[in-house]
Amino acid sequence: MPTDRPLHLAVELDGDGAHPAAWRRARHAPDRLLTAARVERVVRNAEHAGFTLATFEDSLAPPSRGADLAGRIGAVERAAFVAPLTSVIAVAPVVSTTYTEPFHVASQLASLDFAAAGRAGWVVATSDDASVAAALGRPAVTDPDGLRREARDAVTVNRALWDSWEDDAAIRDVATGRYLDVDKLHYVDFVGETYSVKGPAIVPRPPQGQLVVLAADGLLPPDLVDVTLVDEPTVDDVGAAARRAATPRVFAEVEVVLDTADGDAVDRLSTLDAHTPWPAAQRLRHIGSAAGLVALLTDLARVVDGVRLHVAVLDEDLPELSARVVPRCCAPGS
Amino acid sequence: MSTVSDDVPYPDATLHLGVFFQGVNHWTIWTQPESGSQIDFTSFRRMITTAERGLFDAFFLGEGLRLREAGGRIHDLDIAGRPDAITQLAALTGLTSRIGLVATQNTTYNEPADLARRLSSLDVLSGGRAGWNVVTTDNAWTGENFRRGGFLDHADRYVRAEQFLHVARAMWDAWDDDAVATSAEAASWSRPGGVVPVRARTSQFAVDVTPVLPRSEQGHPVIFQAGDSAAGRDFAARNAEVIFSAHGGDFDDALAFATDIRSRLRAVGRPADDIRILPGTSIVLGDTESEAEEKRRWITSEQVTGATALNIASQIWGIDLTDRDPDGPLPEEAPVVAERTGAMGSRRWDDQVALVQRWRDVAAEQKLSLRETAAALEPQRGHTGTPASLADRFARFVRHGAVDGFNVSPIFTPDGLDDIVDRLVPELQERGVYPTEYRGTTLREHLGLRDPLTRRG
Ligand SMILES: Cc1cc2nc3c(=O)[nH]c(=O)nc-3n(C[C@H](O)[C@H](O)[C@H](O)COP(=O)(O)O)c2cc1C
Repeated sequence: MPTDRPLHLAVELDGDGAHPAAWRRARHAPDRLLTAARVERVVRNAEHAGFTLATFEDSLAPPSRGADLAGRIGAVERAAFVAPLTSVIAVAPVVSTTYTEPFHVASQLASLDFAAAGRAGWVVATSDDASVAAALGRPAVTDPDGLRREARDAVTVNRALWDSWEDDAAIRDVATGRYLDVDKLHYVDFVGETYSVKGPAIVPRPPQGQLVVLAADGLLPPDLVDVTLVDEPTVDDVGAAARRAATPRVFAEVEVVLDTADGDAVDRLSTLDAHTPWPAAQRLRHIGSAAGLVALLTDLARVVDGVRLHVAVLDEDLPELSARVVPRCCAPGS
Repeated sequence: MSTVSDDVPYPDATLHLGVFFQGVNHWTIWTQPESGSQIDFTSFRRMITTAERGLFDAFFLGEGLRLREAGGRIHDLDIAGRPDAITQLAALTGLTSRIGLVATQNTTYNEPADLARRLSSLDVLSGGRAGWNVVTTDNAWTGENFRRGGFLDHADRYVRAEQFLHVARAMWDAWDDDAVATSAEAASWSRPGGVVPVRARTSQFAVDVTPVLPRSEQGHPVIFQAGDSAAGRDFAARNAEVIFSAHGGDFDDALAFATDIRSRLRAVGRPADDIRILPGTSIVLGDTESEAEEKRRWITSEQVTGATALNIASQIWGIDLTDRDPDGPLPEEAPVVAERTGAMGSRRWDDQVALVQRWRDVAAEQKLSLRETAAALEPQRGHTGTPASLADRFARFVRHGAVDGFNVSPIFTPDGLDDIVDRLVPELQERGVYPTEYRGTTLREHLGLRDPLTRRG
């Protein structure tokens, strides 16, 4: 449902970038990745560049396997850490719904929204990786229906818990000695197929009331989603998916490898791929100039409200986005 | 006069202070103009900044996984509604540089692969400032908020906690210190074999996990513990590095507790000084003793209102007394001994009959009303005095090995720590019983703790 507002620009900030070999072109050695300084610097760069939203990928399983086994700081903790260090960029961790406790997740995300003064979102994810089930000692949920059921129930519970305190439930009524007005607190009494949750929340209603919920196309019933994330290989396919998605906003997922001072995009990608191949997914991938990306985003602005960029190497592509893409981006039909 | 060394077993001991930002209890006074928000981030920022200015070792957050209820209704008299501890501490990390960040987290309604990773995340982000207060609340009433419901026998709470901790420690030890490449030219991001997957099969857990984080600067998060039963104390002796105790008001009681913990430590083969004991306490300061006492009386009257006194009495008697007169006598009824649901939180009254008798004795002896009795028997009476007299008192406590310090619960949010930092800390420093600068950068260093239990030669 695109509007005539400029395209919203989100960026995924996990690790050293979306390419599995990104660490080889990072401006720091691997042993400096998992540090507060690095997390802060990247988010500040994204904020200064003018991005609307930063997302943080996550899983209980390591971010890459085999010889390149890497590490990762938890997404909720990274988002919380940067929340008070930034002032306008929104922060949305990836949080899985498959085995996590919805009650804990709702507390964590509501707390994040307080720390971010109302700038928090949630990228709803599933864990179809059997190693995550094994880490938690749970029978693996692998069928798409089971994954969708867990996602639906978890988001339903989260939304109910965020609403379980009315905004003014802490009345501080000195005359009657009551801190809370129990009429403004609500049990959620959720009963699903695999578990139930009583409520109310232990955290008051977050500043936004409801956090902004982002989810992959088709994962959740549309009424639970604020932003659908569309993974399609062409602008036309993105447009078709966006028209089907009955959610307030639709963002396209776009992978990006840019021409930079370090080399042109094709060369950069082939050097990276020579280390570890980056298989093309079913999503848009722009390999080329900043101007070419601006043109693609301008096309996309006709069919979606925003994009989420997955850049190959944060240290190389983010400065280029900051200097040559974000400032020129992107009103529909411009 | 005997010599100093006879009198003072630990003449060089220094006091450790933590601050417990309370979020659910009747001790935080919410009715006054200076009573700020319990949830706005700025309140937490304000309190932790003050604590760091006062060279506190730790900023501590509690946890309760269900809103408390009394008589089947949500309990409405006290502050409630607080942030998730690890999330909040991660947010406070970048606003501070030294102070420890301690999260109370439950071992019954969590899984080790998830919680150990969240704690690692906080520990790595903060450069080794994380602590974990291990609590075991297991009641089915709390379980109603979780996938498994109430699944654990009360008797097994520490069995699960101990197994949980073993898995967590194995996860924190999974990365070799040189596992991660120090150059982008390296053959791989991590050295093959440098990260060892963790596998556990115990009565409580089946875990196969490849941990995603290296150790922090302090090795492991510092393990705190706050259970008071014999099982809880033994668990602490085997596992804890700090005990957040409820024994810090009275010198003899504190010393007896500390002596008990030291003998339990020796019994499991740990050095007697391997645990720091930091009782929870409130601190009320005045320019004179009588002014401080007057302030304490006013505070207690604000904390133990008539309604609160009736609520406490209802819990202890096991019957609804909320329609009684708080300024009248104690109820004549005998207590109804009831199974504890946990609905009023982690506070427990194991022997109701004995406790009611104690209320009757105190009320009769001092001719007190119900409300006055409740106030007189408050477990959080804390310490009251001038900065100088309390500094003397605390120096005595710590130099005699009764405590290693205190976890201070401010009575007001967010400024309740100000006078403690501005007035008490300098007096302590003057007596040489408090540091004048942080001794390191990690929580483990501030507390003067040894390496984690699994990392010793
Ligand atoms: C001073 C103190 C503070 C505590 N704080 C908490 C808390 O914040 N959250 C919680 O769930 N339990 C808390 N507890 C409860 C205990 O940690 C423990 O899990 C519970 O009392 C059961 O153990 P026990 O039978 O050994 O006492 C606290 C206990 C004490 C003594």
